[in-house]
Amino acid sequence: MKKIKWVVPTFYIIFLMLPIYWLLNMSFKSTTEIINVYSLWPQDFTLDNYKTIFTDSTWYMGYVNSITYTVFNTIISVSAALPAAYAFSRYKFLGDKHLFFWLLTNRMAPPAVFALPFFQFYSSVNLFDTHVAIALSHCLFNIPLAVWILEGFMSAVPKELDETAYVDGYSFPKFFFKIFIPTIAAGIGITMFFCFMFSWVELLLAKTLTATIAKPIAAIMTRTSSTSGYELGLLAAAGSLTIIPGAVVIYFVRNYIAKGFAMGRV
Amino acid sequence: MNKTLNPKAWYFVIPVFALVAFNAVVPLMTVVNYSFQETFGSNVFQWEGTRWFKEILHSERFHASLGRQFIFTFIILLIQLPLGIAIALTMPKKGWGVPVCLILMSMPLLIPWNVVGAMWNIFALPDIGFLGNSLNSIGFDYNFTQQSGDAWFTTILMDVWHWTSLVVLLSYAGLNSIQPAYYQAAEIDGASRWDIFRYIELPKMKKVLTLAILLRFMDSFMIYTEPFVLTGGGPGNATNFLSLDLVKMALGQFDLGPAAAMSLIYFLIVLLMCWVFYSLMMKDEGRT
Repeated sequence: MKKIKWVVPTFYIIFLMLPIYWLLNMSFKSTTEIINVYSLWPQDFTLDNYKTIFTDSTWYMGYVNSITYTVFNTIISVSAALPAAYAFSRYKFLGDKHLFFWLLTNRMAPPAVFALPFFQFYSSVNLFDTHVAIALSHCLFNIPLAVWILEGFMSAVPKELDETAYVDGYSFPKFFFKIFIPTIAAGIGITMFFCFMFSWVELLLAKTLTATIAKPIAAIMTRTSSTSGYELGLLAAAGSLTIIPGAVVIYFVRNYIAKGFAMGRV
Repeated sequence: MNKTLNPKAWYFVIPVFALVAFNAVVPLMTVVNYSFQETFGSNVFQWEGTRWFKEILHSERFHASLGRQFIFTFIILLIQLPLGIAIALTMPKKGWGVPVCLILMSMPLLIPWNVVGAMWNIFALPDIGFLGNSLNSIGFDYNFTQQSGDAWFTTILMDVWHWTSLVVLLSYAGLNSIQPAYYQAAEIDGASRWDIFRYIELPKMKKVLTLAILLRFMDSFMIYTEPFVLTGGGPGNATNFLSLDLVKMALGQFDLGPAAAMSLIYFLIVLLMCWVFYSLMMKDEGRT
């Protein structure tokens, strides 16, 4: 029984890796090879697709743009959500339950619904085509999620911690930054991971709110593939590169994930 | 946890409230505004009352895409939840296997959605894609761009690929929070594997599974980018889900009034469903 346990995760991981492998495989082929030859690995190995991306600024700036607004959004979301989650986990106040649910409803708003009004709204406040606009618009779904996750972690910390600190003469800000935040560091790590993830993968709003300066890589991909024919090899290379920032983030939070997931034990 | 009453706690919530309201209220009011009017471009609007709402609610096209949406969401929840729980149960609990599993399983979650669509497109193409080519070579007549059954199969497989890991991660977190004492007690009582799952693991995972169901419901109900890139709603209207239909109406045909009315109805449906889930689960939590 114990021996066969790893079969399920192994098959699942193989299933997950197959499409990714196929994308990588195609990114090392030329477009003509992709269309004419079916092979499980590149017959005529080439790095031309990657060379194009790293030498053409319209391509590589897309990555810079995407990372900029994603990092920006993660910082805004988590720093705004920290005090709010603390309030929800520790205090009762007028309209707390309604407010919590209202926040969640924004996580439920289909971006397709908001795309057009967002375009008009951000144009009217002169933020159109800036990184700030995308970072702010992604707060719509990231802040509710951040509040929800952080609230869960904070509620797992016993209230005695707060009370002991006050008895020991800590002021609220000192307690919050010196004791409370280190205690829930793992929770913050996980929240940042989720914020980064949802901001990094979102395309509809990011595409609607940008024209040239702040255009995300994902939007550049859709445009380039349609103007210069169907450059499958280039598309595959660009797609493969979008996996890297995510993989890096996972690598950094991997200890936090393991540790953070154990947090519930407290 | 018993919470103290503290009206000043509102100050902590103000930044969040302001940021979300800034994003939510103005655009939502714009949508409401459009939904009652007819526009002929260049900012000329004419009051239409509830005409668009009546039209949408009686339109066959809306019924069809709503139906497809419900079937899709139902199927993926039915597959992803049990699968995610099963994988979380069989995952290694300690050792080098943990980070390897966590890192590899999180990968699909961090790929931009249109790349997911594009990746599955080239993966499933009947001539040059691995999936399509393999299926055809073992005798299936598979072509997702032409047969609606295949398009459904591919879209669902893509969503399972994309999102099951979220359920896995959350379930794994829930499982890890169970203290060893529970298992020891179960062993002493001679509980079977199923009993342990049914009476210890499942109740302990309730909170994270709530989150998983809510997130999966919301996101699958709003799915747009992946099917847009993969199938474009086709063949015909076979995989034309609500969001796809909405964007086609709003930006394709520029029928702002009906599109806005449809948005609101759409939003209300999601809201209602989530409220039902949310209150059912919170009620249970309050009792135990």
